[in-house]
Amino acid sequence: MKRLLATAIPEISFYGAVALFVVLTTFPFYWMLITSLKSNPDLYNVTNIPFWFNEAPTLEHYQYLFEQTLFARWLLNSLVIGLCVVAITLVAALPAGYSLARLTGRNGEALGIGIFLTYLVPPTLLFLPLSRIVANLGLQNSMWSLVLVYPTFTIPFCTWLLMGFFKAMPVEIEEAAIVDGCSLFGAFVRMVIPLSLPAILTVVIFTFTLTLQEFVYALTFISSSAQKPITLGVATDLVRGDIFFWGEIMAGALIASIPVAIAYNLFLDRFISGITGGAVK
Amino acid sequence: MAVIAEPVAAKPVSRFRFILDRREVLGAILVAPAILYVLLLVGAPFLLAVYYSVSAYTIYDPSWHFVGLSNFKQIVQNPVFIDTLENTFLFTFASQLLGLVLGKFGAFLLLRPFPGRKIVRALVILPWAVPIALASVAWEWMFDSLYSVINWTLIALGIIDRSQAPNWLGNPHLAMLCVIVVNAWRFFPFAIVVFLAGITSVPQDIIDAATVDGAGFWRRNYQIIMPMILPIVAIGLIFGIVFTFTDLSVVYLLTNGGPVNATTVLGFQGFQVGIVSGDVSHGAAISLFMLPVLFVLVIGMLRFIRRREI
Amino acid sequence: MAAVLTRDIIKKFGEVSAVDGITLTVPDGEFMVLLGPSGCGKTTFLRIICGLEQQTSGDLIIGGNVVNDIPPRARGVAMMFQSYGLYPHYTVRNNIAFPLKTTRVPRAEIEKRVAWAANLLGIDHLLDRRPRQLSGGERQRVALARALVREPTALLLDEPLSNLDAKLRASARQEIRQFQQRVGTTTIYVTHDQVEAMGMGDRIAVIDHGRVRQVGTPAEIYDDPADRFVATFVGTPPMNLLARDGTYLGFRPENFLPRDMINNGNGGVTEFSFRVDRSEYLGSERIVYGVVEGFDTQVITAKLPPAHVAEESIRPGEWHPFAVKNGAMRYFSRDGKRTSWH
Repeated sequence: MKRLLATAIPEISFYGAVALFVVLTTFPFYWMLITSLKSNPDLYNVTNIPFWFNEAPTLEHYQYLFEQTLFARWLLNSLVIGLCVVAITLVAALPAGYSLARLTGRNGEALGIGIFLTYLVPPTLLFLPLSRIVANLGLQNSMWSLVLVYPTFTIPFCTWLLMGFFKAMPVEIEEAAIVDGCSLFGAFVRMVIPLSLPAILTVVIFTFTLTLQEFVYALTFISSSAQKPITLGVATDLVRGDIFFWGEIMAGALIASIPVAIAYNLFLDRFISGITGGAVK
Repeated sequence: MAVIAEPVAAKPVSRFRFILDRREVLGAILVAPAILYVLLLVGAPFLLAVYYSVSAYTIYDPSWHFVGLSNFKQIVQNPVFIDTLENTFLFTFASQLLGLVLGKFGAFLLLRPFPGRKIVRALVILPWAVPIALASVAWEWMFDSLYSVINWTLIALGIIDRSQAPNWLGNPHLAMLCVIVVNAWRFFPFAIVVFLAGITSVPQDIIDAATVDGAGFWRRNYQIIMPMILPIVAIGLIFGIVFTFTDLSVVYLLTNGGPVNATTVLGFQGFQVGIVSGDVSHGAAISLFMLPVLFVLVIGMLRFIRRREI
Repeated sequence: MAAVLTRDIIKKFGEVSAVDGITLTVPDGEFMVLLGPSGCGKTTFLRIICGLEQQTSGDLIIGGNVVNDIPPRARGVAMMFQSYGLYPHYTVRNNIAFPLKTTRVPRAEIEKRVAWAANLLGIDHLLDRRPRQLSGGERQRVALARALVREPTALLLDEPLSNLDAKLRASARQEIRQFQQRVGTTTIYVTHDQVEAMGMGDRIAVIDHGRVRQVGTPAEIYDDPADRFVATFVGTPPMNLLARDGTYLGFRPENFLPRDMINNGNGGVTEFSFRVDRSEYLGSERIVYGVVEGFDTQVITAKLPPAHVAEESIRPGEWHPFAVKNGAMRYFSRDGKRTSWH
């Protein structure tokens, strides 16, 4: 009996701890889900049990979201912003990462670290001058201001990621291509890029999630509802006067969270090895 | 050795024919767009911010008039600002510490395979993956003065009754606690990932050798593994500190800096003063106070990156 | 097909000279092996000939043309890398065709040449596979086919056998040598393995610390080493060296035998008193370790044939008379160079 306890207790406490962690992390999301499906009378009644439905669940919040608010427009905005930023980032970061990995030697190291450090310059410092620049360019209150500004943090990080990846690629294939008659640039285009599609995909997904997660610049540059990206819209726009439309807010938050959550889960291992520079074997 | 006929002065193919074949030139060209972007949209604005802080620029009166350090003096003399500084340090330090502890613990839980580990890992990542603004909004709802689920639970468990229900976001101390908790909650999955990455990178040989040498579980962890993963944890921590110290999202959404500036942090105040009120020069000056801390952190990070490369 | 001539090639990385003035001539069609320990500069030298590195000074002449500043392709050289460098995302066919595609050879011509190369290497049946589906030996043949398909001026190989397991190495050695003889391309082959060098090369250039110590046929390298380095680098176990007043006396283990196994022959013998410490029986031979009287600190090896040795003549702990034919003795001066008499 004692032996049974001796093995059972550590097991139980282990799983108990795991359960605790899971509850801790996921409760807010459960809360989002259930709030979004509860009818308003159910929601705004202090005496009701909050953890489950007291009245029938309803899709009215989702309906309201899509029909009566600009939610769909915000989704579209975020999609457009994301795609444009991804394109800009790839055009700048892909050649830069390759150049720093292969073509620039000692200086390349330093330059790479320098570029990466700009990722750490906080938006809450840059947003002031950038808001003036954006205004001067006539982009204030437009989602294109975000397309302009977001690459300032996606490019440094993605350059770093790609630099690490290219460094880990064996040089022989490019050298063989050069001996076979490619120019340096030709070797890059015909050999390196096709063989680094996984990394490029990771960069694309990562960039897209970065644009979805961003809040400060969006808050600073955009005030009119129709131009808001999804995160800003859900967090700030679903309020009438002082009344928060919690059901709708939670519904919107849930919908907006899902793609990012899925992407992170599928690509987590790649992100990690990219960030740790392949130090983890 | 055989003698070969002297070489004919060859065809004058002396230079690499195409620019695309010269390493240095190609290297510079390929890196140019990225560098240009960064210089124009990070470097230049940075210098601009510094200049604003020593000028009298507001959006109502965009004068470039140089005023020296008087903006800084005015800010420092404002008692709210001292509170802001304190709040920022408290907010950062407490949430990172909490996140780190939870992260380490979580990493150990996830270290060994068990049924359902994949799912647990996927769920545990969520707070970090989901956009912070959306998660903050969920917490805002959870802390709601009337409908807080936390309060409901406490009342239902009989710990307090309705009249004692804490107003989470309305009480200065509780509000700070809430903001710290939300930030720690959002940061600890990242800490788990960093710890896991570090621990799994320690070669099994070393752990085995330690076991053979008689080291038990705790000694192995604290004297062998932790020191070895220190660089990678330090880098993760520095990242965390940088983003927390300069953040405004959590505060903006949860408490809007209140009640009565109890949770105002540097980033938030910079936003209030510089953007909302339009006083660009003072706003910039406030934001610049982030720099010394950032500078120290960046130096720290560089040292650790160097160490890791070896 | 062309001759390769290098004149005083120097390559510095910062302050360090990886290649310290190598002048070498490889006549048309010869199989030249660059042999040396790791880090001696042989690979750097090969890459300079190929065009992947630029020499700091010195001239490189291929087929009568000075090619110092010309990219690899224009030099007409082909290279086979240590890990073959096959293009993973192309089929075998496209791998072999690639060097021809880059120079806009017409389609029909490409197909003809690919077929010829594949046939030569016996890989016709693999043309539609991808590199990851091939074995090590097959990959090597594809790499060779790709190198030979454009009839290069020179074929450069960088330790291509080091990734193969020992068993495969011998047959791979054979194959490479056969193809080279069939096609007749000037070939420069880099290796640190002296067995490979001795077995494959028409001539060997022994390289150490960026300099050529000796160039010669395998026989010349083995029997007439130019200095101590060459003498001890080639040959397993290495040549025995006895240090005496700063000069050196050298003899190979297989020439160091018990006195009664040597007939005087012409030139006479030099006798030693040899105390056996340890012996290893390897089946095909017996290696005996010990010391020679008067030279207590130097371990001397003797390589004896397995069968004919009388057990008493090599009992450990005892002193036995051993000898070396005078014709097999080598003398080295203080600075390591070979001299004829002491």
